[in-house]
Amino acid sequence: MRYLPISENDRQKMLARIGVKSVDDLFSHIPADLRLKKPLDLPKHKGEIDVQRHLENLANQNIGAGKAFMFLGGGAYYHNIPAAVDYIIQRGEFLTSYTPYQPELAQGTLQYLFEFQTQVAMITGMEVANSSMYDGSTATVEAVMMACRITKRQEVVISANLHPHYAEVIETHAQFTGFRIRQIEGAVLGRKSEKLARYLDDQVSCVVVQTPDFFGNINDFTELAELCHKKGALLIVVVTEIISLGLLKSPGEMGADIVVGEGQSLGNPLSFGGPYVGLFATREKYIRQMPGRLVGQTVDADGCRSWVLTLSTREQHIRREKATSSICTNSGLCALAFTVHLSLLGEDGFRKLARLNHARASYLAKKLTGIRPLHLLNETFFNEFTVTLPKSAYDAVEHMARLGILGGVPINRFYNRQDTEFARSLLVCATEMNSEEDIDMFVKAMREHVYE
Amino acid sequence: MNNHQSGDIKKTISGNRGLKIEEPLIFEQDNPGMSGVDIPDVKIETNRLGGLASDQKIGLPGLSESQIVRHYTRLSQKNYAIDAGIFPLGSCTMKHNPRLNEKMARLPGLVDLHPLQPISTIQGALAIIRQLSDWLQQLTGMAAVAMSPAAGAHGELCGMMAIQAALRDRNEKRNRVLVPESAHGTNPATASVCGFQVDSVPATPKGIMDIDIFRSKLGPDVAAIMITNPNTCGLFETDIVQIAKDIHEAGGYLYCDGANFNAIVGRVRPGDLGIDCMHINLHKTFSTPHGGGGPGSGPVVLADSLAPYAPLPLLSIRSGQFQLIEKGAKTKSLGRLKAFHGQMGMFIRALTYILSHGADGLWQVSGDAVLNANYIRASLEQDMSVAFPGYCMHEALFSDQFLAGTGVTTLDFAKALIDEGFHPMTVYFPLVVHGAMLIEPTETESLASLDQFIASMKGLAAQAKTGNWVNAFKQAPVFTPRRRLDETLAARQPILKWNPSDLKDKK
Repeated sequence: MRYLPISENDRQKMLARIGVKSVDDLFSHIPADLRLKKPLDLPKHKGEIDVQRHLENLANQNIGAGKAFMFLGGGAYYHNIPAAVDYIIQRGEFLTSYTPYQPELAQGTLQYLFEFQTQVAMITGMEVANSSMYDGSTATVEAVMMACRITKRQEVVISANLHPHYAEVIETHAQFTGFRIRQIEGAVLGRKSEKLARYLDDQVSCVVVQTPDFFGNINDFTELAELCHKKGALLIVVVTEIISLGLLKSPGEMGADIVVGEGQSLGNPLSFGGPYVGLFATREKYIRQMPGRLVGQTVDADGCRSWVLTLSTREQHIRREKATSSICTNSGLCALAFTVHLSLLGEDGFRKLARLNHARASYLAKKLTGIRPLHLLNETFFNEFTVTLPKSAYDAVEHMARLGILGGVPINRFYNRQDTEFARSLLVCATEMNSEEDIDMFVKAMREHVYE
Repeated sequence: MNNHQSGDIKKTISGNRGLKIEEPLIFEQDNPGMSGVDIPDVKIETNRLGGLASDQKIGLPGLSESQIVRHYTRLSQKNYAIDAGIFPLGSCTMKHNPRLNEKMARLPGLVDLHPLQPISTIQGALAIIRQLSDWLQQLTGMAAVAMSPAAGAHGELCGMMAIQAALRDRNEKRNRVLVPESAHGTNPATASVCGFQVDSVPATPKGIMDIDIFRSKLGPDVAAIMITNPNTCGLFETDIVQIAKDIHEAGGYLYCDGANFNAIVGRVRPGDLGIDCMHINLHKTFSTPHGGGGPGSGPVVLADSLAPYAPLPLLSIRSGQFQLIEKGAKTKSLGRLKAFHGQMGMFIRALTYILSHGADGLWQVSGDAVLNANYIRASLEQDMSVAFPGYCMHEALFSDQFLAGTGVTTLDFAKALIDEGFHPMTVYFPLVVHGAMLIEPTETESLASLDQFIASMKGLAAQAKTGNWVNAFKQAPVFTPRRRLDETLAARQPILKWNPSDLKDKK
């Protein structure tokens, strides 16, 4: 077995030193009826060629962005990943290192995480950020639990335009962890005039909103932030398309108390939904209530600037049942991909990328609205928006898939709603990966299907 | 060794020391207007931004690709990694990460799949999830598996929520969870997040959970016990079947922390032990890379008792086609734990690892993991203090008794090991042993590598015991890019991001 370096000769020498006859003897304290006598009756080991063939066969049964035109968003986005990103994250010193608990041996990891924290704070317009969470959805529920700890209140108001998976993750936690979700009026499909302030009172710990929201609308929460603060509640702003922050006013500028996000768009491939990287930023006054790992600056015994995991007294490995969160492993390597990509872009590149995304989406919107029975629901959008078709959105998507176009996400994949408007609505997205020619093909296919 | 900071080594002009290169923060290398990516500069002509376009400076630094690659290459050289040497962190299972796994996770048709594509276009991806699920179920002997948890602690959360859901289904309210003293911190933290009160169970002098005290704590308010098996002392909980029987008779559930599954994979099936659920860290047993602290993946195997409560999404087959059940209105599912379908990139790596090893290879994995740990234990038992008698499983636990009276602490010993060129073992964990040193070599260390490590450990133990080297131990490490860090300063005056004003006072 190519990964296992102990030869039979080695094994005999080692067993002699230990003072047993066989490896099985080392398991002899486990009751015999609990031990298998021989390997399970399952396939035996395989060489690289066979394993690769097996996985390639499975991969070939899929139609990914390499084989089709991709117009899907909804919390995961198809962006270019510069070649240098994948090279750097595959360096063994990053790939095969551990959580930097021994800082003298991990200054590389610690420094890039410190840079990551700085970048996340910069683009969200916040004062501090942690060194990542599992993903955007889990970061969001951690933000909710943090808001409940800070305000010592247990009611949560969730925007109906929050990504439905994120809302479901919050609902799951609400069932088991003690906070409650305040019932509000359901999603008004694709329209942003949600009047959340009317649900505020002295029981509400936080309001969770998203921009661009699930349907693609861009929202300004400045007024809502003020109203939250007047009532002693925190405003949590979720961003699932982080590239949008290259063009739009940041949640920090709007007065958000906690900003959480999905960082996949920078550096991380779609990979069928994971692993991704959760972003978590807040105000300095709340750092001791934050979940997750934090890297801080300090000095070493020679007085040189250095980096170290800090404020660990919040964390489970020190505080056990009194920790601010149960999270341990986070998304270190995905955070590296994020930070390398953002470093490559720089201020200018990040802004240009955001503008290009918006330009492509604007072109797509213009062309799609040229199909008369098709209706654009958004007044505003960044790189994705919702359209209603004159027929089933599922059928449209299946039709286009047969033509090699992954043409959006039917809204009803997320909702148990019977009304026609939901059944006919489609979330579509365009990024820098969609050329105008690709968009023209998509629009042509859509037109043919609509008039079919 | 006393003179390593010898005065006659002259300071360099650059501040670098040969291959130890000082690398400024990326923000301190800003060359405004530069970028490492060429992107067309388009003008925004339409007004779809609702008046929210911002041209306020963000502050991101601009550099070319060549500078970026150099920056991160230099940073990488300040890291220790499995690729460079043994990484004997107990309870972390730092084994070799095969590169085929990385290659497979990047195959077109997998890496470029969107999680919300039509089901007809992702049949191969769902087949991968199913194949990995099947292997995990077979290896653990359990009825079902929940694939979506993002890491071990997230898997624990999944398991404890499933237990809550099952109790609710039985119309019972139980609020106490028993956790052995030797448990990982995530166990009590998770129980607490789920609203349970944590009740700690001490260990016997043999290092396993005290079953008599456990029994005395059972009652109608006990929801579960969270037990790690093999435990964090590197020992198999030999009473596990009885523990399962007792907790079940008391109406509670047995949660198993599968962090140490590597010791028994392919040889003992947790399902045969009476376990109700267990998370599996794919980044431990199944070699997906730790990546400097993630991403992980923490599937949870479930017995019949908890299978109905598995989180969404669920995978099913209808007329030969895989289907994803993403909405749970008609099921008992506890709901969704995470957006989308789980850590697919990690699933591919883990499946690649499992297919490469096969049943015979996995049998050898656990065998050699236990062999290597026992070889270290046997080689060092005269020099250091073995915490508990008898053979260990995949990790060998020592106390600091052999350092008593020397002035050298476990921390000093670990830091001296860094100067020897090794990543230290886990220190001060588990809490049940004074000054604990927990060594997990894993099965992917060669005999030569183990012998090198052992030689350094023996030598350091001998030096410590002479009492002549205390100061040197306190100074260590001295050969690293940075020496011991002032952790108190970091916590007292937290600086969590770069500040432009820092530029002038720090080099």
